[in-house]
Amino acid sequence: MASSAPNPWFDWGYVRDNRQDILSALEHHVTLTVETVVIATLVALPLAVLARRRRWLRGPLLGVAGVLYTIPSLAFFAVLAPWSGIGARTVLIGLVVYALLILIRNTLVGLDGVPDDVREAARGLGYGPVRMLLQVELPVALPAVLTGIRLATVSTVALVTVGVVVGYGGLGQLILRGFNNNFYRAEIFTNSLLCVLLALVLDLLLLGASRLLTPWARGRA
Amino acid sequence: MSYLHDAYVWVNDPDNWRGDHGVPSLLLEHLRITAVSVVAAGVVALPIGVLLGHVRRGGPATVALTNLTRAVPVLAVLTILATTPVGFGDRASEFALALFAAPLLLANAYVGMRGVDPELVEASRGMGMSEGQLLLRVELPIALPLLAAGIRTAVVQVIATATIAALVGGGGLGVLINEGLSTQRYGETVAGGFLVALLAVVAELALAGVQRWVTPKGLAGAR
Repeated sequence: MASSAPNPWFDWGYVRDNRQDILSALEHHVTLTVETVVIATLVALPLAVLARRRRWLRGPLLGVAGVLYTIPSLAFFAVLAPWSGIGARTVLIGLVVYALLILIRNTLVGLDGVPDDVREAARGLGYGPVRMLLQVELPVALPAVLTGIRLATVSTVALVTVGVVVGYGGLGQLILRGFNNNFYRAEIFTNSLLCVLLALVLDLLLLGASRLLTPWARGRA
Repeated sequence: MSYLHDAYVWVNDPDNWRGDHGVPSLLLEHLRITAVSVVAAGVVALPIGVLLGHVRRGGPATVALTNLTRAVPVLAVLTILATTPVGFGDRASEFALALFAAPLLLANAYVGMRGVDPELVEASRGMGMSEGQLLLRVELPIALPLLAAGIRTAVVQVIATATIAALVGGGGLGVLINEGLSTQRYGETVAGGFLVALLAVVAELALAGVQRWVTPKGLAGAR
């Protein structure tokens, strides 16, 4: 890597010469983030619904997720690595665990927020537990669930970079490479900026999606 | 399971508990970095959060700021700092971690103050309390649980995040994780990981205890 004398913060030359690297790191980053959020949502939603139905599950579930959340990401990836290998799978497992707490907590808050008289009314109309869940409870809880998904997505984008420790850090890979390359600023800065931009873009996309999905909540939030 | 065994052997090797590179000194370094960065962040962020909450302004900006900082990878901040006069090492770690902790503290302080029942504030003013009295005797005690929760989250997250500093030449327990990975002696990595996780969990429990202790009696059970 040629470190030009002034070593500027941003350099189109760097972007041009390393387009392939940047694009593939970005692709890794997006793939890992999307996979994480999708898997975590698929796991968290049923767990939250279950914890809502079976009161005794609630404490242990939030407790376990909370303890897992306090474990440092670097430590988590590192401890997983010897077993699940150096690679994307390790990072994915770690990221899913972190996203779970945010999603479970928000979904529970959403489900708790369904007013009792709404439930009562649905029951009066002859709604069974499944219809109640799908047509009443989940739609009412949706804004809280979507907020959770947005939070989880943004923090996952930032956490992916730590995956660099097992060789799968997406843009983090290039950030650290710039550091090891004699503090190559343009590389460090460009990729850091891309990380933040990626988080913002994903957040805006989700915001748009949640506005489309919950037209009734518009103007209130 | 052999890595667990390796970790066990590593932890029980007295050589790993001695000197500048031993567990106790790395642990102390980790705690010092955590303490310095949380205190620095608190000194700046808490008064601002409390004040904004007291005047009940700046909500959207506070929320936007905290959300935005979630998206900034600490690794990026650390590496960027390394290319500036701050350099790298513990000073840079503390700076980056303080930047990371400040929005958390600010947001919780704001939300806590903002959550005080407006009628209560009205009543206190009606009783002739000055702004200072209102702040110190009514709003702060009520906001305390949320303030404490913010500090608790910040400390635990900083302990966890401080490990990343080792990737860019910083100290603390992250050194063990990093060293084990780069030399493929995973026993050390696993041991380091467990030590940091243990520290985070112990800190969380200890702070939960402190929080229970400082919460005003009348508000116990409110959160």
